Amino acid sequence: MQTFFIIAILGLGFLITFQIAKASEYVAVLRGEEKARKQTNKVNAFMLLAFLILGLIGVWYCNEELKGKILGKPASDHGVLIDRMLYITIIITFIVFLITQIALFWFSFKYQESDKRKAYYYPHNNKLEVIWTVIPAIALTVLVGFGIFYWFKITGNAPKDAMQVEVTGSQFKWEFRYPGKDGPGGQGIFGKRYFKNTNEAKGNPLGQLWDDPANHDDIYISGDAMHLVVNKPVKLVIGAKDVIHDVGLAHFRMKMDAVPGTPTTMWFTPTITTKQMIKDSGNPDFVYEISCDQMCGKGHWSMRGTIIVETQEEFDAWMATKKPQYLVANPDKDPNAAKTDSVKTVAVVANDK
Amino acid sequence: MSEVTNMHSGAMAGHAVHHEDHHGHHKETFVSKYIFSMDHKTIAKQFLVTGIIWAIIGGLFSVLFRLQLGYPDQSFPILETMFGHWAAGGQIKPEFYYALITMHGTVLVFFVLTAGLSGTFANLLIPLQIGARDMASPFLNMLSYWFFFMASVVMLSSIFIQTGPASGGWTMYPPLSALRQAGDGSKLGSDLWLVGMALFIISQLLAGLNYISTILNMRTKGMSMTRMPLTVWALFFTAVLGVLSFPVLLSGAILLLFDRNIGTSFFLSDIVINGEILPNEGGSAILYQHLFWFLGHPEVYIILLPAMGMVSEILSVNSRKPIFGYMAMLGSLFAICILAFLVWAHHMFVTGLNPFLGSVFVLLTLLIAVPSAIKVFNWLTTLWRGNIRFTPATLFAIGFVSLFISGGLTGIFVGNSTIDIHLHDTMFVVAHFHIVMGVASFFGMFAGVYHWFPKMFGRYLNSTLGYMHFWVTMIGSYLIFWPMHYQGLAGIPRRYLDKSGWTSFNGFPELDKMITIVSIIVFAVQLMFVFNFFYSIFKGRKVTTKNPWGANTLEWTTPIRPGHGNWEGEIPEVHRWAYDYGKDGREFIPQDEPIGENESKH
Repeated sequence: MQTFFIIAILGLGFLITFQIAKASEYVAVLRGEEKARKQTNKVNAFMLLAFLILGLIGVWYCNEELKGKILGKPASDHGVLIDRMLYITIIITFIVFLITQIALFWFSFKYQESDKRKAYYYPHNNKLEVIWTVIPAIALTVLVGFGIFYWFKITGNAPKDAMQVEVTGSQFKWEFRYPGKDGPGGQGIFGKRYFKNTNEAKGNPLGQLWDDPANHDDIYISGDAMHLVVNKPVKLVIGAKDVIHDVGLAHFRMKMDAVPGTPTTMWFTPTITTKQMIKDSGNPDFVYEISCDQMCGKGHWSMRGTIIVETQEEFDAWMATKKPQYLVANPDKDPNAAKTDSVKTVAVVANDK
Repeated sequence: MSEVTNMHSGAMAGHAVHHEDHHGHHKETFVSKYIFSMDHKTIAKQFLVTGIIWAIIGGLFSVLFRLQLGYPDQSFPILETMFGHWAAGGQIKPEFYYALITMHGTVLVFFVLTAGLSGTFANLLIPLQIGARDMASPFLNMLSYWFFFMASVVMLSSIFIQTGPASGGWTMYPPLSALRQAGDGSKLGSDLWLVGMALFIISQLLAGLNYISTILNMRTKGMSMTRMPLTVWALFFTAVLGVLSFPVLLSGAILLLFDRNIGTSFFLSDIVINGEILPNEGGSAILYQHLFWFLGHPEVYIILLPAMGMVSEILSVNSRKPIFGYMAMLGSLFAICILAFLVWAHHMFVTGLNPFLGSVFVLLTLLIAVPSAIKVFNWLTTLWRGNIRFTPATLFAIGFVSLFISGGLTGIFVGNSTIDIHLHDTMFVVAHFHIVMGVASFFGMFAGVYHWFPKMFGRYLNSTLGYMHFWVTMIGSYLIFWPMHYQGLAGIPRRYLDKSGWTSFNGFPELDKMITIVSIIVFAVQLMFVFNFFYSIFKGRKVTTKNPWGANTLEWTTPIRPGHGNWEGEIPEVHRWAYDYGKDGREFIPQDEPIGENESKH
């Protein structure tokens, strides 16, 4: 009912507008088109000026209202660089924005049609053209310079001591894998995977090859947050099972596509623990979120994962509760299997999620 | 002199094209005049009317998904009445939401702003402004419209099938668009999308080749390339871009059809979907993105260049001043055209692209800002010390420049890979391209429609409705898209239909409501424009003079309602460029007026 009411009002408003518009055209013809045109010309010129002034006030107001809701503190070292680049760009572009928009609307107002003035025949001026080719070129060189400098810092190789986490996206969930402690220096090595080995029912959701000893200590996490250590660089190895997804980390300002068949990587150093962020933001529900940023199907908008950034001790304590997936999938290989029936049940339940 | 109508002139200007005198008496049936017409002016109107119908459909889709975004918890029973199971309980289902945004993008980018904008004005203006009686091949021209029509039928039909239209986003990235198991929209709807797009590309190629050969070969006597109005130059570069880049998308579409239907693995590898292990190995999903964006980026300029050309012309005519820096305008068009081919991978900074390659694309992308800046400064200088008449066309042209500045500057954010890491695929991108490519091009299109409507139909659009149309659209566009940048800065991903489940992204419910309300108002005003358009075709104020705007270009030397062949008698000869406004104390000097003895040089 309400909808029809609204449609009726819209229709009526439209009819009235149309009648006014038609009438104003007749009036214009009666009063002399030339005179009527000059009248509307003045009105429109004034409106353009008003639009400029109100528009600039609007820009200011919008910023006042919304600036508290964006960005927040960057929670990674790369995030600091990205924010700095962003502010450099905002300053330069906002100056250009002001100059050009003011010129556009001011010229429109100032040089509205008038019987007293004749348009100035001014077809070209090479000096001016050179000036406004060179100045933008210089400004852009600055932006490109900073941009590429930061870009290489961010996309360069991860530090050797970085911890590694593998992230796998699928419709519509995130799964994680930690490489355990094998390999030189205890960095951990990810065991090999082959997609045709994937078998959820047999406890192998990632298609790990159990023949590869590197797989034997890899920890699989599903339905839980990714845990990271504060101030320790982390390299994410990113992949997808079915369609393209994207690991979006708004607080760390990081993002990388998850492409089936083509692993990608990104690294950063989280600098603020979750607990610290809860305190700083005053939001008790604060949590680092992983958003899927690449259209992946009907559940795209709800493909959410979480990250907990904590101290090394907290991380170690969490990791100690986890059991390698190799042992979950092959309980007969588990030296502790006999006495821990209950743990096994829990692991299977976790897998079914 | 243009009043001279030498009905029995035998001498034709250069080439033998058929002539009103000889063919005027032939019986034209309704079908040959209005449906299978080979007259470029009628084909232009066909493109425009089809484009308008598509714009209403595409615009309506945006209103529907804005309802979901603004009021995610509310139910609208009317939606269930209209769309049945797609909106069960009056709430838009996610599948339906994604179908809506996919079709909104596809329809507006390709069917409205490519076919409806450049199809309309290239057809209308190229022959009229270069002084030709029709296109080089009127038959191919007609075919191009009918291929577009077939593409439209196929695309439209996909909306009515059981599993719904394609819903993988307008970019149709595989594997999502390649695998039937990935969702309803990836079933028959995606095949129809690809077939529709293939037909559409054929239409664009036929049209583009025709435009290029017409401009190169059929200019009237005296119309050297550098005397052409900037509209024609812009349409020329548009056609070149289309002809060189659309085939690449065609290859992408066909390979994707193969992957979908005959088991190839061009884009597929290592896939386990819903527990099902697929056999494909060795394909690259990213390859499709390269093919798509090799068209996709030039496509932005295919949409924008005609608008730029028309805005240049309209600003010059209505400020009664020559366009400032004609050669610089030309040079910047050319530079944009070249650079358009060299920046496609800036859409792919976070796909795992080699970072070095990424940095090259940053450089080339930001380079485009230079010719764009030149154009803006030249438009500003064209207005400076003019004597500006604010017709609805002028206002839309000024609005175009304002939006092009705003949207162009945010391009410097997302074109810079460092910032793009944060902003990629967020609402910031949505705001950016809607302003610079969507709304700005629409403003160019509206400017063109208001300016050339008298030439198309011999009547004026109602200008009071025109002014209202402009002001509501201008204010509305900024209200919708300006605050949207802030959502993007907050990291809100695009294509999220409900953000209440997220702690990072749920801060803007009021803003989303405001944007929804404004977009409904703006949509209603566009309907008012459509009404004005069709009403004025039949009932608008009649045009009584040949040259109502006091313009220099050749289309205004034709009769008020030109027949097929455009000029009665000889085609006028051109003696000067198109921009002698305010020269030597004269308000305007048409292009077909010979150079006077004491005339000053520019």
